[in-house]
Formats: sequence, structure tokens, C-alpha cells
Amino acid sequence: MLNYLEKHLPKIVLAPTTIVMIVCMYGFIAWTGLLSLTKSRMMPQWEFVGLDQYVRLFANPRWDVAVDNLFIFLILFIIIALVLGLLLAIFLDQKIRVEGAIRTIYLYPMAISFIVTGTAWKWILNPGLGIEKLFRDLGFAGFEFRWLVDSDMAIYTIVIAAVWQSSGFVMALFLAGLRGVDDNLTKAAKIDGASTVRLYWHIILPLMRPVFFSAIVILTHIAIKSFDLVQALTGGGPGYSSDLPANFMYTFSFNRAQIGMGAASAMIMLFGVLAVLIPYLYSELREKK
Amino acid sequence: MNSIEIKKLSLNFGEVVVLKDLNLTIEKGEFLVLLGASGCGKSTLLNCVAGLLDITDGQIFINGKNVTWDEPAQRGIGMVFQSYALYPQMTVKGNLSFGLKNAGLPKEEIEKRVKHASEILQIESLLDRKPAALSGGQRQRVAIGRALVRDVEVFLFDEPLSNLDAKLRTELRVEIKRLHQKLDNTMIYVTHDQIEAMTLADRIAIMRDGLIQQLDTPKKIYSNPVNKYVAGFIGSPSMNFLKGTILQNNKPIFKLEGGWCESPDLSNYIFQESIKAETQVWLGIRPESVVVGGEAENMPVNFSLEVEVFEPMGADTLVWSQIGGQEFRFMIDGNTSVNVGDRVTVGFDPAHASIFDFDNEERL
Repeated sequence: MLNYLEKHLPKIVLAPTTIVMIVCMYGFIAWTGLLSLTKSRMMPQWEFVGLDQYVRLFANPRWDVAVDNLFIFLILFIIIALVLGLLLAIFLDQKIRVEGAIRTIYLYPMAISFIVTGTAWKWILNPGLGIEKLFRDLGFAGFEFRWLVDSDMAIYTIVIAAVWQSSGFVMALFLAGLRGVDDNLTKAAKIDGASTVRLYWHIILPLMRPVFFSAIVILTHIAIKSFDLVQALTGGGPGYSSDLPANFMYTFSFNRAQIGMGAASAMIMLFGVLAVLIPYLYSELREKK
Repeated sequence: MNSIEIKKLSLNFGEVVVLKDLNLTIEKGEFLVLLGASGCGKSTLLNCVAGLLDITDGQIFINGKNVTWDEPAQRGIGMVFQSYALYPQMTVKGNLSFGLKNAGLPKEEIEKRVKHASEILQIESLLDRKPAALSGGQRQRVAIGRALVRDVEVFLFDEPLSNLDAKLRTELRVEIKRLHQKLDNTMIYVTHDQIEAMTLADRIAIMRDGLIQQLDTPKKIYSNPVNKYVAGFIGSPSMNFLKGTILQNNKPIFKLEGGWCESPDLSNYIFQESIKAETQVWLGIRPESVVVGGEAENMPVNFSLEVEVFEPMGADTLVWSQIGGQEFRFMIDGNTSVNVGDRVTVGFDPAHASIFDFDNEERL
């Protein structure tokens, strides 16, 4: 008996978490997948209608807006956060004083939840409370900055808030990468007469390739999952102009009694994340061979 | 004509003084080795010459031109680093031509120089490879090539062979010497390896705590070290130091601390200046200057001692023993058989010894 326990103890200890993982993660993914093939509305019902929900989903103009928004958000968020994070890291890597304090300041937003970020930026960008009011009070009576309430521009306010939150993290990634560069490379390049721009462009940035890769993967999945930031900052509004797919999924599943279509949108998002993650994992695991 | 002239160079890192009032003149075509233990300031001095560190005070001239505040690229130097510092994502050819492209040289000229350098270093077949696909020795060759294509007067080497294994180090050492004979340009070479220093240098500068202790030819440094530190640093196995007193009794006599049966006669030793009676000294004698057996009995200084440990090294055997409680090492022929506990008569000629003041450790 004791022998049996000894032999199987690791499996017994790990079993509960494995079961929870299988049921709560993969089980519910499978359940959502099944639901997306039924005509469920308010409550799940098991009448299968094939890919009908997907057809309805893609015919829905609100989904179109959400997907368009996702692409705008994804591309702008990743590019701006990368460029800003990289520049901050390069500036911070010039052997400046109080680097530790500055690094903490830039990294701090990462410690805040997206809900707090969203709420804070909602106040900052609110025309009656934040930047617009500040400038008007300073005497610029004609000053206008009302992206938050402009249905064409609302999505960009989400980009601003998300960049504010994540670029410090990107900076930390790049800073770690830059610290790993052999000092002698810089010296050799100086003797070769390379300007600072050429030094970074031809020698240091190519060395940062793995960091770019990690940063893009992490930012992409932050972007696709984004839900709380939109909820707190714009609530998807004005109207549904700043909805992202996650907000669409939530609204349709739980507010509008369209569980089938909500499940279909969730599956599309899952495929989106997988499309990014699988090549990443593949390359990571292959390198560790 | 002087190739490099360093005048009153000082360098401080904040409060820490790394180099102080250093003067050094290097002739055109000379191979100068900066030798010293780690932290003595030798690499720092090289970086100052290269312009990679801003100096606190003093001036540096290269080929008669004051380059103290010039950018590294404008100084007419090429440098080779210990870690090779090859640009990892460029091919060998890219590595060689990067500096030339920065200088805006025409394409044909770049091609010509890369071809010339790769022929000299025999790396033509590697031109399209990335540094990661090269062995250590090949990488260091490329690093030398990067200095070579710049067609400069002065080469700076910062411990270029320290990352290589012993066999390769010996091979590349000879190659660097050949390269110097072929190109005949000025080279400054930093190392902590005294064999590299002895074999390569026209002159060696031994550094300690940011000061040059002795600047002379390898031969002179080996035979006439100016102080005890230099004497102990150069030579392998290192010099024996015997503590004792010199008694003047119409001729100088050495009295070993801890007793010695006879009083050896130092008449053959050439003192720098006349010394006072009863001066406390270190008597230094290199293990390879000690002779044994019958030969030893004819030497002005001889005594017998007991073998404690012996280390056969092939051609020679190094024997460790003691005299008057002080350690004493000497070499015997590798074919002679010895055993622990044997008594051996050893002797040496004081003309080959070095005597240092006990307190300030300067040569007497």
C-alpha cells in the first residue's frame, strides 16, 4: 500500500489541478465551440444549425466594426508601444543617473489593472474634466480635444491608454536585451567610425530580434484579449464605435441573449490568438532542442 | 620619428585614480607590450590611446598629431579585442568592410582592401560566413583583419589571445609576430601573459597600480629587473627571493636570515651604487640560473639542500626545497633522477642574481 502511494504520489498530487485545467479551460472551450454550432439564444439549447451562427456573425455590422477596431488597435498599439519602449530603453541605457528610479516610474503603469487605467484616462480625456478643460482654463478658449466622445476617434483613445500602460513593460524587455550586448561591440563600432544611428541600426537593433519577437507576441495577445480597458474607458461607445471583439462577445452573450453568436465570436477570437501563439511556441520549442 | 607619444596622462574615475602622470614614447614600427596583473591599468591605457575613454589630463600624439580629443575613428588606429567583438549578424566580409563603408570609401577600394587583408590572414574562404560559424582562432583572425583593412599606422591589441586554448594561442602568437614583421607598423599589445610579452615585444612596459614600473627590452627586463615586483612577475617559474643582510667586510657578503653555514661572496654582483654595511636585502636568483652537482661547487655561492617536491616538466625538472626556512626552487636536467629527501648541492654566480632593498624593494 505504502509502496503504491510512493509510486503514484506525484500523479495524485497533480491530479486535482489537472482536472480543474481540463474541465475549466479545455472543457469550456469545447463547450463554447459546441454552443457556437447551436441556435442558443437566452439559454443554451442543443439544436444544431451548423455554421449558421458564424454566417450571422459576419453579416452583423457591429462585428465588422469590432474587427476593424481590433486591427486599428492592434497595429497602432503594437507599433507605438514598440517604438516608444525601444526609444525609452535606448535613452535609459546611456549610463544616466538615477536610472533605477526612472525605470520604476516607467514600469509602474504595468502594475495597475486596465480598469484603473481606463477610468483614469476617462477622466483625463473627458472634455468637461480633463485636458480640454485644462487648456480652456489656461485661456485657450477655442481648444478642442474630444476624441473620447467622437465616434470616429474613440478607438484611438483606447490606443493612447493601452500604450501608456504597456510601453514601460516593452522598455524593460528592451533594456534587458541592450544590457546583454557586449560593450566591446560598441567600442569596435566606434573605432570603425560608425555614428550612433548606424551603430544602433546596423549592429545593436539586429541583435534585438528575439526581443522584438517576444514583445510583439506579448502585445498581440494583450491587444486581442482587451476587454476591461474598453469597458472602463469608453464602454464601447459612443454607440458601439469603439467595441473590440471581446466586448462584442460579452454584449451578445450576456446582454442581448445571443449566446450562440457570442460563442461563435469567442471561437473566432480563440483562432486569432492561436494563429499568433502556435508559430511562437513552435519556434521557441524548436530552439530549445 | 615617434609614432605615439603620451605626455603626462592622467585618468580618474570619480575619486579613483587609475593612471597618474604617465609618459610613454613609442617609436615607429615598434612592438610595445603593456604587461601587468589585472587591474593595473594596462587596458585602460590602451582604451585612452584608442579614444574610447576620455582622459582627465595630459596629451596623446599619434604620428605627431595631437589626437587627445579626436574621435576613435579619426586617430588612425585599428583595435583587436579579447572577446573578438565581431558584429554577429554580418558576414566576415561585412565585418571587414563596415568601417570602410562608414568612411565612405568607393566600392572598388573596399573590395581591394578586403581581398588584400583576407589574403594576408588566409580567411578568403570564410568571407561569406557569419561569425557564429567560425572557430575561436578564425574569429580572432577576422578581428585582426578588421584592423588591417583600415590601413592604419597603429594597431592596438587588447589581450587578443586570452580566449583561445593553449595550442592555438602559440600559433596565433607567431602569426602576430609575422604580421608585424611584414607590415612593420606600430603595435601596442596588452597582456597579462609574460610569455606573450617576452616573445612578441621589442620593448615591454610593466605596469602596476597605474604606473609603469619598467620600460625596456625583454632581455633587459629579464636580466636586470628594476624592482622586486618586476623580478617576480617576469620569468616562469618565478624568481627565488632570499631574505638576508649584506655585510661589508672589504667585500660584500650575504648573510641569510635563519642561518647559512657559509657566507657567500657577492663580489661578482654589480651594484648600482655603493651600499652601506648591514643593509637588509632580498637576494633574487632565477631557478634557471641555479646549477647543481659538480658545477655548483665551482660557483662563488654554493650550499646543499634537501629535495621536498619535484615537478618533471619534460626537458627540465623543477625542484622545490628550503634553505634557512625560506623557499628555494631550482631547475635540473629532466633526465637526472631525483627523489624526495635527496641532498643536492646547488650554486649560482651572483652576477646573475638581482639584489633589492628590503624596504622599498628597488634594485641595489
